[in-house]
Amino acid sequence: MKKVTKILAVVLVLALAIGVFAACAKKEPTNNNNEPEKAKVKVGFIFLHDENSTYDLNFLNGAKAACEKLGVEYVLKTNIDESNDCYEAAADLADQGCNIVFADSFGHEDFLIQAAKEYKDVQFCHATGTKAHTEGLDNYHNAFASIYEGRYLAGVAAGMKLNEMIEKGTEINGTKVTADNAKIGYVGAFTYAEVISGYTSFFLGARSVCPTVTMEVQFTGSWYDETAEKEAATLLINNGCNLISQHADSMGAPTACETAGVPDVSYNGSTAEQCPNTFIVSSRINWEPYFEYIIGCVADGKAIDTDWTGTIATGSVVLTEVNEKAAAEGTQAKIDEVKAAIEAGTVKVFDTSTFTVDGKAVESYQADVDTDEAYEGDTEVIKDGAFLESNFRSAPYFDLRIDGIKLLNEKY
Amino acid sequence: MKNEKVKEPKFHIVKRDALSMVQSWSIRIGSIVAALIFCAVIIVLLTHENPISIYGTMIKGAVGSPRRVWGLLQNVAMLLCVSLAVTPAFRMKFWNIGAEGQVLMGGLATTACMILLGNSLPTYILMPLIIITSMLAGAVWAFIPAVFKATWNTNETLFTLMMNYIAIQIVSYFAYIWSVPKGSGAIGVINGVTQKGWLPSVFGQKYFMNILIVAVLTVIIYIYLRYSKHGYEISVVGESENTAKYIGINVKKVVIRTMLLSGALCGIAGFLLVSGTDHTLTKDTAAGRGFTAIIVSWLAKFNPIYMVLTSLLIVFLQKGAVEIASVFELNDSFSDIITGIIIFFIIGSEFFINYRIKFNKKEENA
Repeated sequence: MKKVTKILAVVLVLALAIGVFAACAKKEPTNNNNEPEKAKVKVGFIFLHDENSTYDLNFLNGAKAACEKLGVEYVLKTNIDESNDCYEAAADLADQGCNIVFADSFGHEDFLIQAAKEYKDVQFCHATGTKAHTEGLDNYHNAFASIYEGRYLAGVAAGMKLNEMIEKGTEINGTKVTADNAKIGYVGAFTYAEVISGYTSFFLGARSVCPTVTMEVQFTGSWYDETAEKEAATLLINNGCNLISQHADSMGAPTACETAGVPDVSYNGSTAEQCPNTFIVSSRINWEPYFEYIIGCVADGKAIDTDWTGTIATGSVVLTEVNEKAAAEGTQAKIDEVKAAIEAGTVKVFDTSTFTVDGKAVESYQADVDTDEAYEGDTEVIKDGAFLESNFRSAPYFDLRIDGIKLLNEKY
Repeated sequence: MKNEKVKEPKFHIVKRDALSMVQSWSIRIGSIVAALIFCAVIIVLLTHENPISIYGTMIKGAVGSPRRVWGLLQNVAMLLCVSLAVTPAFRMKFWNIGAEGQVLMGGLATTACMILLGNSLPTYILMPLIIITSMLAGAVWAFIPAVFKATWNTNETLFTLMMNYIAIQIVSYFAYIWSVPKGSGAIGVINGVTQKGWLPSVFGQKYFMNILIVAVLTVIIYIYLRYSKHGYEISVVGESENTAKYIGINVKKVVIRTMLLSGALCGIAGFLLVSGTDHTLTKDTAAGRGFTAIIVSWLAKFNPIYMVLTSLLIVFLQKGAVEIASVFELNDSFSDIITGIIIFFIIGSEFFINYRIKFNKKEENA
């Protein structure tokens, strides 16, 4: 019996200690709302991973920045799988009183739509999805950005670097770079329109300043696979590529480039810190303008666009700082010049006079814009001598295989 | 001379006699209380948050709304189902850590039926077909290592572990083949409009069937292990293979039969996850349950009824932890730390139930 009393005493003392600790602990932060009219908006965010993934970090930063700027309440849910978990998370956010629910990953779409059908008063917004324009729901919306414009600008920077290497006769992997062997290597995830649109615009940007350049693309079959991306980049470098770029989310390709001393244009954010000698520039989508837009719409009781495409003009498509150490001279000035031309409409990324397919110019093309079981073209997308990317829906649908780009493997 | 005598240790450990139910459970509950207090200290030191509000948030996260209660029960059912599957093999001391892969193969079979046959077969043929193929797929994935173990005595732990990776790759491959839109690598919801091959909602509750099926399975497995001849054979093989041989049990047959059962149950878990929950398949469909199930089964000492409690505990902790991460904007890893500490204390308590520490009294004026 004595023992029991002793144990009881110890437990009580500990409990008391905890109580004291608890009293000292930080109070929950209070929200200062400067704009009372927007106080009623509460946003719930769903992320596939957490801040350890560059892809999700980009969304997380945008979400926090937009909500804090506008002083609205928000809830973040990280590590939500592309499964029923996403539906549960979305419904739970709606239950908590969120009037906007946003999800960041492609595979979340169907589950978000399921929640949208159930919670008619809540606005559901989804990045990278393709179904909003055919689903016919008032409260379900897709968003993307004209990242192909950013890729084009990054391509210009790549082309300038190639020109510089040709001029100086720089050796890459033991061979001199010449106008004839100037070749870009590109690490892609899947043979999916978003990737094809990305590498094609990048290539067209490079070719606009370095006319003899060609490109090789190696696919990894995964959006995030550090080993596979590193191997793909190494393979491309051994194939004689003088510059590498990527559309996959890990550090695999940039680190392979740093090791081999090959210039690299990365994606989703700067890799200058890890790759100080080879990183040139990177394009990324800034989601803050979109989040501000949807919060504004709900606060003012306006409808959100079914498909919203951010552009350079909306501040959604941005380039990181140019790394002076690796980039060619005058890169920043050239980027600014081309950027102004794109904004003015004098330069079109997918100008049909700048590329051919099977040796012929493309005058008409039916793209697969509507997601249905047919996987067939359903919309004419070429007008006035340009391919209208992200015009009929926000997610990219450019999937032409243009001349000058060689796909090394198409199994994915 | 006497002063240089060998230094005696301050304490030594002795085996306890069997403790009464009340005593052993009070040790277990005490360990949970100790774990919570320890976690509270960690919380205050690392995050400066109020531990009481953190625990409050955990509880709210797990059972804070009817939706969350159903979500909790659904997740308990899924974890329990996989735990039931690994248990017969564990009782036999066959360390099947390939449940993850077996669940995925079951899910893959369900997905294949839903996509390829969903629109051509009537539901009353389709559903049984889905269940049978899922069980078969899971069973095959368990059968392969079982045969190698029974015939050539290969290491089943490594073998079943490797089978997981093969299953993940196969699922990734098919997720690409069947992806919508083509090339995206994501299958999306299958038969979203027709709901062909979906487990139906009962009383407006879409998880009801899942929970019911697992509840029935729990009782069946309990009876099977406790009262059937098969169950007895499994226990004997687990205790000593030589004894089993001596009393005329065909060890090879028992190993293969039990693994077939394990695999088939994993197949059912895969079926419930695809047909009854996600309606899609990704390489993350099993979501690590194949490994968590090992802890659930061990903590419950391979008793299916206790496993209801241990899986409830783990899912409760997981759900609560996710809510903490969300509300306090802490990284998910922090909640994993808390879950880890609590499980560590619970496992530790088993030590104190089996052994006790005896302090050596100082001999004065010897």
